[in-house]
Amino acid sequence: MLIKTIFAGFGGQGVLSMGLNLAQAAMLEGKNVTYLPSYGIEVRGGTANCTVAISDEEIASPVASAPEFVVAMNQPSVVRFQNQVQSGGVLFINSSLVDVEVVRGDIEVVAVPASGIAEKMRSPRSANMVMMGAFVKKSNLVSLPAVIDGLAAALKNKTKLIAVNKKALTAGYDFFESEGA
Amino acid sequence: MYGNHAIGEAAIRAGCQCYFGYPITPQNELTEYMATHLGRRKGCCFIQAESETAAISMVYGASLAGARVMTSSSSPGMSLKQEGISYLAGNELPAVIVDVCRGGPALGSIVAGQSDYFQATRGGGHGDYRTIVLAPSSVQELADLTHLAFDLADKYLSPVVVLADGMLGQMMEPLEFKHEAPEVLPVRDNALRGARGRPSRIVRTCNSNTNEIEELNWSLYRRYQLIKKEETSYETFLTDDAELVVVAFGIAARIAKGAIKTARTEGLKVGMLRPVTLWPFPSAKLAELSNKVKNFLVVELNMGQMLEDVQLALGDKAEVSFYGRPGGVIPTPSEVARVIARLYYQKGLK
Amino acid sequence: MKKVFTRPNSLKRTPFHYCAGCGHSIIHRLMCEVIDEMGLQDKTVGIPPAGCSVFAYYYFDVDMAEAAHGRGAAVATGLKRASPETIVFTYQGDGDLAAIGTAETIHAANRGERITVIYVNNAVYAMTGGQMAPTTLLEQQTTTTPYGRDMRLEGFPLKMSEMLALLDGAVYIERTAVNSPAGIRRTKKAIRKAFQTQIDDLGFSMVEILSPCPVNWKMTPLESWQWIDKEMTRVFPLGVVKDTAGKSNAD
Repeated sequence: MLIKTIFAGFGGQGVLSMGLNLAQAAMLEGKNVTYLPSYGIEVRGGTANCTVAISDEEIASPVASAPEFVVAMNQPSVVRFQNQVQSGGVLFINSSLVDVEVVRGDIEVVAVPASGIAEKMRSPRSANMVMMGAFVKKSNLVSLPAVIDGLAAALKNKTKLIAVNKKALTAGYDFFESEGA
Repeated sequence: MYGNHAIGEAAIRAGCQCYFGYPITPQNELTEYMATHLGRRKGCCFIQAESETAAISMVYGASLAGARVMTSSSSPGMSLKQEGISYLAGNELPAVIVDVCRGGPALGSIVAGQSDYFQATRGGGHGDYRTIVLAPSSVQELADLTHLAFDLADKYLSPVVVLADGMLGQMMEPLEFKHEAPEVLPVRDNALRGARGRPSRIVRTCNSNTNEIEELNWSLYRRYQLIKKEETSYETFLTDDAELVVVAFGIAARIAKGAIKTARTEGLKVGMLRPVTLWPFPSAKLAELSNKVKNFLVVELNMGQMLEDVQLALGDKAEVSFYGRPGGVIPTPSEVARVIARLYYQKGLK
Repeated sequence: MKKVFTRPNSLKRTPFHYCAGCGHSIIHRLMCEVIDEMGLQDKTVGIPPAGCSVFAYYYFDVDMAEAAHGRGAAVATGLKRASPETIVFTYQGDGDLAAIGTAETIHAANRGERITVIYVNNAVYAMTGGQMAPTTLLEQQTTTTPYGRDMRLEGFPLKMSEMLALLDGAVYIERTAVNSPAGIRRTKKAIRKAFQTQIDDLGFSMVEILSPCPVNWKMTPLESWQWIDKEMTRVFPLGVVKDTAGKSNAD
């Protein structure tokens, strides 16, 4: 199994931390993993993205030309990456900020109003973690506890921040249930 | 850990005492790591130099003083460092130089490239010298080979180049460090720190006596022969029954390995030789393989530089094909797999 | 009989290869006298330049190492940082320090590197055969300014001491000349103070020494001494250019 995911959005939305969280969680679960951020001139001007590859075997290339999953936190990212998603793959969009029609019929589109949910929680900067929770639930790539453990390790003893992020993650993870209900 | 951070941490654990560098993408995280983690250590120093030429000259100065010392850069910066590398080599001074290579020529791209193979393996600067060149292909190897680079530099009193690339430098992978940082920092016994208790010493190549300079070149040559004998290193992958052997290094080898696995599932007997030392180059191993294998494919992120070493090693004993992507383009494993499959059938191997 | 004059210990017994009337041999000797008097012979490392004094290591009996053209200050920086207890000096000409090595020099001074720079200014590239230096005077003829240095084509003589004095890391800078007994005595004092500045860990120190090059100036040694007084010092005035070392170092 080799699964590649691209996280993309505005700089400051925390898309690189989303990738790092996923990589960390996959590592804790004993998988092979590579994490590759965009860098240099590509990240000037406010957009950022990163690629996470997760596999049971050695990973040949950390680059994803046709990722299984794309998480688009803003409108330009949907435009840029929707054609790259592998046929049968999933495109997650932050529907609070994205107002673009996805034209492809061969991929699944999962709309999560991540920014809206985060704002309701009075923690607008946690939109990335809300989306992360939804991503974990839907992709089933790693477990939620592993993501939380990885987060705690990355944030060391910033307990307050960990609590905020955990709450946001859980809100995103439970989003589909509440939606269904 | 990020590749660039892994290099820095491995250097500190190898007893690196001084680091001098200049910002250039895609290796900035390494310079920053050294500023944070080496700069304030007891007995250590970090300087963000005014230029690449200054940085490598500082490396030369610290190496004169007997310290374990490192600098790092990326392709355009490496061109500027060549002056100092020649002085290090000529004056038989150890140092570790990391090239997180990008696509060239000129300013080029900041994405991964392998177009500095010639520069790294042919000496790069003026004069008749070589540097040992190590080519990691994973974050783990960035750490392991950086450590090895310090040991080889001291063993052979020679600059050692770690030829990485932007992809390895920027990516993150799990790794394990095999050494703890030493408490007492190493000082070489031939350090130039003042002639206390011994006659004064001169470190120089410049000499009006050309016979002495000729002898210096011969002595370097003899050392290089010894390095070729002792330090050539490579990895083989599924070569035992192979009809086609891919030769690739660094990130390209990693991608090729993925492609070979795909080819194997289709029943194609493909293997790989991955040089870990680009200089010395594993020519003897290639020649040995060519007793059985008659077709080789060189895969590089350039227009065919290691290709020449492969051709030199094989002569007319085998056919050599080439697949290269220059300028910072990273081929996918499936693209390489298609090249392998096409070649396999074209050459009548199936 | 009492010995009143002898060869300093730090000066090797090798006869100088310098031309008659050249300032290098005087400056070498002065430095060796200071190194002896301050007891620095076994803790000093010197970095000679590319230029006429490239073979300075044949004369100084201290540890010495060659450097690439212009990189003296950077090499000295690396050495000093790796071994702070070592006394490190560079010996550089005007081409080495003020042309190809300008950046290294300025930044070493700006970082306040605890190194001592002996900067020999003879207004010409001497070893390569008398080409224009950054310090060549206006209208001065050299092999690459055969019609005289023209300010509109070749710019002006570069005043490194004054430039470096603007930098906060530079602690002691003095310009002297070795074209008279008094100038020679003054030069020795300046060299001594420059080393003291380094020993006291205060910052960057440099002595710029105007030095005759009769061969490339196409003059007799006597004429060259007079030319320094009449022409060179008008552009490069002698004296302390900067001294923030404080009284403790005054001689």
